[in-house]
Amino acid sequence: MMPFSYHKPASVSEAVSLAGDSARFIAGGTNLVDLMKENVVRPERLIDISGLALDGLHPTASGGVMIGALVSNADLAWHPMIEQQYPLLSQAILSGASPQLRNMASTGGNLLQRTRCYYFYDTGTPCNKREPGSGCPARSGRNRIHAILGASEACVATHPSDMCVALAALEAVVHVEGPAGKRQIPFADFHRLPENNPERDNQLAADELVTAVELPPPLFEQHYRYLKIRDRASYAFALVSVAAALRLDGDVIQHARLALGGVAHKPWRDPGVESLLVGQVPSEALFDKAAQALLQGAQPLSHNGFKVTLAQRAIVRALTDAAHSAAGGGA
Amino acid sequence: MSALSSNGAAEHPICLTLNGQPRTLAVHPWTTLLDLLRDQLDLVGTKKGCDHGQCGACTVLRDGKRVNACLTLAIMCDGADLVTIEGLASGDLLHPMQRAFITHDAFQCGYCTPGQICSAVGLVREGRADCREAIREQMSGNLCRCGAYGNIVAAIEEAQPLMAHPDQPQRGAKP
Repeated sequence: MMPFSYHKPASVSEAVSLAGDSARFIAGGTNLVDLMKENVVRPERLIDISGLALDGLHPTASGGVMIGALVSNADLAWHPMIEQQYPLLSQAILSGASPQLRNMASTGGNLLQRTRCYYFYDTGTPCNKREPGSGCPARSGRNRIHAILGASEACVATHPSDMCVALAALEAVVHVEGPAGKRQIPFADFHRLPENNPERDNQLAADELVTAVELPPPLFEQHYRYLKIRDRASYAFALVSVAAALRLDGDVIQHARLALGGVAHKPWRDPGVESLLVGQVPSEALFDKAAQALLQGAQPLSHNGFKVTLAQRAIVRALTDAAHSAAGGGA
Repeated sequence: MSALSSNGAAEHPICLTLNGQPRTLAVHPWTTLLDLLRDQLDLVGTKKGCDHGQCGACTVLRDGKRVNACLTLAIMCDGADLVTIEGLASGDLLHPMQRAFITHDAFQCGYCTPGQICSAVGLVREGRADCREAIREQMSGNLCRCGAYGNIVAAIEEAQPLMAHPDQPQRGAKP
């Protein structure tokens, strides 16, 4: 690890005043410390935000929940309000990482974790995300784990989070604060596609800090499923994951959400596909139609063509499980 | 690593509780908790396996919760209550989880064992492992290259009720 200076601000405003291109915020550190050990990230200053009062979780006036950026992944997944009202989020979080990492990792940090593309981690190879303009060896190299949707010539990396796939499906809102003040970013706009500048994973400026993630009032306490397909039974990143959530009125779908992980530079969601489900009665044919529509435009690479079929089947299975699940079920 | 870095960052004082003892230490910002324990404090029970949070050999308990010491910066442990494998026993009396690991022969080479035991203690305290399948899932952050998993799960199953009722007799190994 390269040497750096350490700062522990007492307030959000002090934290953002210390920020900048050569600095990084640190909370749980589960990804950042690893990236620093690998010399992928070499900050001159570390700004320790773990002492800030951002660890609360409370109901909002509109009937949703405000999650402080420092709430740990474990505390979030096991919070009674989340387990009862947003079980899709609990299920997604608990499918990711290990119990130790979930105890350490923060809500804000989960949003900001970097891709696990091998080439991004290997400083002996080019990588447009690590060193803009150096090239992308993944496009013609080993790309079994890489993107099939929304990729660019410059980058085929995927976003590794499970939690973010559920947050996308739940239409969370990210609260951030910088020197210019506070702003709110809808989850669909928070992460970005790689285009020609894959070094930017999201819309956050270098001196902006995620302070909270807000969930709108719950709609999907009954019918939900986070389905994660990976190379081993636990503690592995998703090859493909699906966050499926339905609200039924009798047999008819009133609200539907569908988001994919492991397939793109950000959680992949298309409200137009979800609208195909609304007003319909759950059936395999209907879910298959939605799956085909969401995968339309998929452009697999040399080693990850299997992800297209896998994602289509996983969507059908997740929606079917969601339709048949009841509160507390769906696992 | 030299005492003074190229950018002049000095050692910082931290105060923490380590295995029940208050300690005041001086650390560089880039020293991990794992390196502090092993290299500065000679507490070598906590193992360095992968050093990347992938194997769990470095698992310790921070404020009662299991964490990876290799991904924890020591400087961020100011004020923390840390327990390592060396701090689980009460004098000569082994912790119920340690005794259960001996009873069930829950190791072969033993390298992952301190992390397995600390992780298992954290798992029981979390109170979410109510069946064998849940124990397996919630121990997935600890790898055992010898493949002692079956016996590890059996040891945790035995120790779990004993952690709630430590006076209950435990079969097998004596401390």
